[in-house]
Amino acid sequence: MNAIECKDVCFSYGEEGGFAISHLNFSVEEGEFVAILGHNGSGKSTLARLFNGLLEADAGEVDIFGVKLDEKTLYEARKRVGLVFQNPDNQTVASIVEDDVAFGAENVGLPREEIGQRIRFALSAVGMEEYRSSLVSRLSGGQKQRVAIAGVLALKPSVIVLDESTAMLDPRGRREIMQVVEKLNKEEHITVVLITHFLEEAMMASRAVVMNRGEIVMHGTPKEIFSRHEELLTYNLALPRIGEICKKLQAAGLGVRDTLDIEELAEDIAGELTCAS
Amino acid sequence: MRIVAEHLTHTYNAGSPFAVKALDDVSLTIEEGEFFGVIGHTGSGKSTFVQHLNALIRLPSSLKHYKKPKAKKGQLPPPEPILKVGDFDLSSRKTDFRALRKNVGMVFQYPEYQLFAETVYEDVAFGLKNFAEKGHAPTKEETDAAVKEALEIVGLDFQAVKDMSPFDLSGGQKRRAAIAGVIVTRPEILVLDEPAAGLDPLGKREIMELLHTIHGKWCKTVVIVSHDMDEIAENCTRVAVFSEGRLVYALPPKELFQKAEELKSLGLDIPLTAKLVLALKARGVELSCDFTTEGLLSAILERKEGKA
Repeated sequence: MNAIECKDVCFSYGEEGGFAISHLNFSVEEGEFVAILGHNGSGKSTLARLFNGLLEADAGEVDIFGVKLDEKTLYEARKRVGLVFQNPDNQTVASIVEDDVAFGAENVGLPREEIGQRIRFALSAVGMEEYRSSLVSRLSGGQKQRVAIAGVLALKPSVIVLDESTAMLDPRGRREIMQVVEKLNKEEHITVVLITHFLEEAMMASRAVVMNRGEIVMHGTPKEIFSRHEELLTYNLALPRIGEICKKLQAAGLGVRDTLDIEELAEDIAGELTCAS
Repeated sequence: MRIVAEHLTHTYNAGSPFAVKALDDVSLTIEEGEFFGVIGHTGSGKSTFVQHLNALIRLPSSLKHYKKPKAKKGQLPPPEPILKVGDFDLSSRKTDFRALRKNVGMVFQYPEYQLFAETVYEDVAFGLKNFAEKGHAPTKEETDAAVKEALEIVGLDFQAVKDMSPFDLSGGQKRRAAIAGVIVTRPEILVLDEPAAGLDPLGKREIMELLHTIHGKWCKTVVIVSHDMDEIAENCTRVAVFSEGRLVYALPPKELFQKAEELKSLGLDIPLTAKLVLALKARGVELSCDFTTEGLLSAILERKEGKA
């Protein structure tokens, strides 16, 4: 079953700029881990906001688990599709971690015991149990972002959409979030839509699409997309540094495979340098 | 302008139960013309250090009512902190701090959030007017010329953007406009806190290229604070590593990133190039390089040719 399905969706912000999303067809299957790549202004964040009705499509329809998103189904859809945004500081509403995580669950009117259980579940899923009573303002960026994810998890969503949720974090924070996301997908079977401009993060997904000017211009496995790096450049997406090194070595005639993994690349380089050719 | 810090120490909320020693006896010299990197884990004191450079944080001795700390019985008095930026003595009360700040431009993290004026022109011109000497307000022509030049060096088209609201610019353009607003006064030293944070890889590359352009033409010295070790390895002449308020290393990247274990114990990463060198070493291939991408590539290719 499709968790999210967009049928010929158009959206414009009502400026002369034209469509932010233009006749887009796209679906995400239940349990999938899909990455949406695109440079700034490609329409990827607009798309995320169409997935749970923060924005309403001008034309076409968005279906969530087969139900068309409209005014009546909006609130049900939001329980199923949770969004995590870029700036951790813009997503916290309470000063104590557990209050913040409880906010969404309280809002939908769950019974008190149930909320307690869900806070425990959500905080342990993101590895933040010990910070339950901490001040949100004292946490690092990565920790705040994990609290934001916990707040979404407390609603037991089927789909989590992360809109550049690692962009403002340092490398450690970024790794923390990616580990949590991978675990949620594998162990909790939550469908993940990861919006990013980092190809190395997209490598964790089972499928990736590239957006440009409100349209999907490339799709395939992350590896396939990576191997078409010249096409990526035309959409203003650069390879991560390791990809560049890999491509430059290939261009210089070294037999290394397409990879963004340090160990794999080192193995191939070592093979080239030590073989008795 | 040379930056000389000796025994620099700073305690937040000094004398209260919440006192935190953020800088502890830091001595560091940054030469004129360097492209200097500052790294360290969150809370290491790196921001406290760079905020001293244009006196956003003042040395206690430069404040009114300053009393020299008395030595404890039988001990020498603690060394007096010294901070000099060119001829400016930041430990003195008599220093012209306005003139200092004109010479040390500071670009904060996410500078695009600090845009405020109605047009890009006004936003960039603000610093110019603010730093003008009393009675010497810049003329319309002077302002025009300075704003135009500043916008053009950051890669924005003066005619196209000058009357636009800064909030209508794209993310990358906003950051450029904010940088233009700082360099418009032609500071000798430009300090930037995480200049490329939050940008996509292409945007990052463009900002770093822009900083090199500025470094050559406008500002003699550039100091960047960064979490991105690749950025540091690729661009900096020298790097200062802070940890728990202390300066641990001040070395060129070539030497610093050989200390992978030490950096790891400080909670810091190493650049990709250094990781590759280590992974190759584990496979019996020892390469030495300066940890730039180009350096690593040529080391690999030279070895390959040597083999063939």
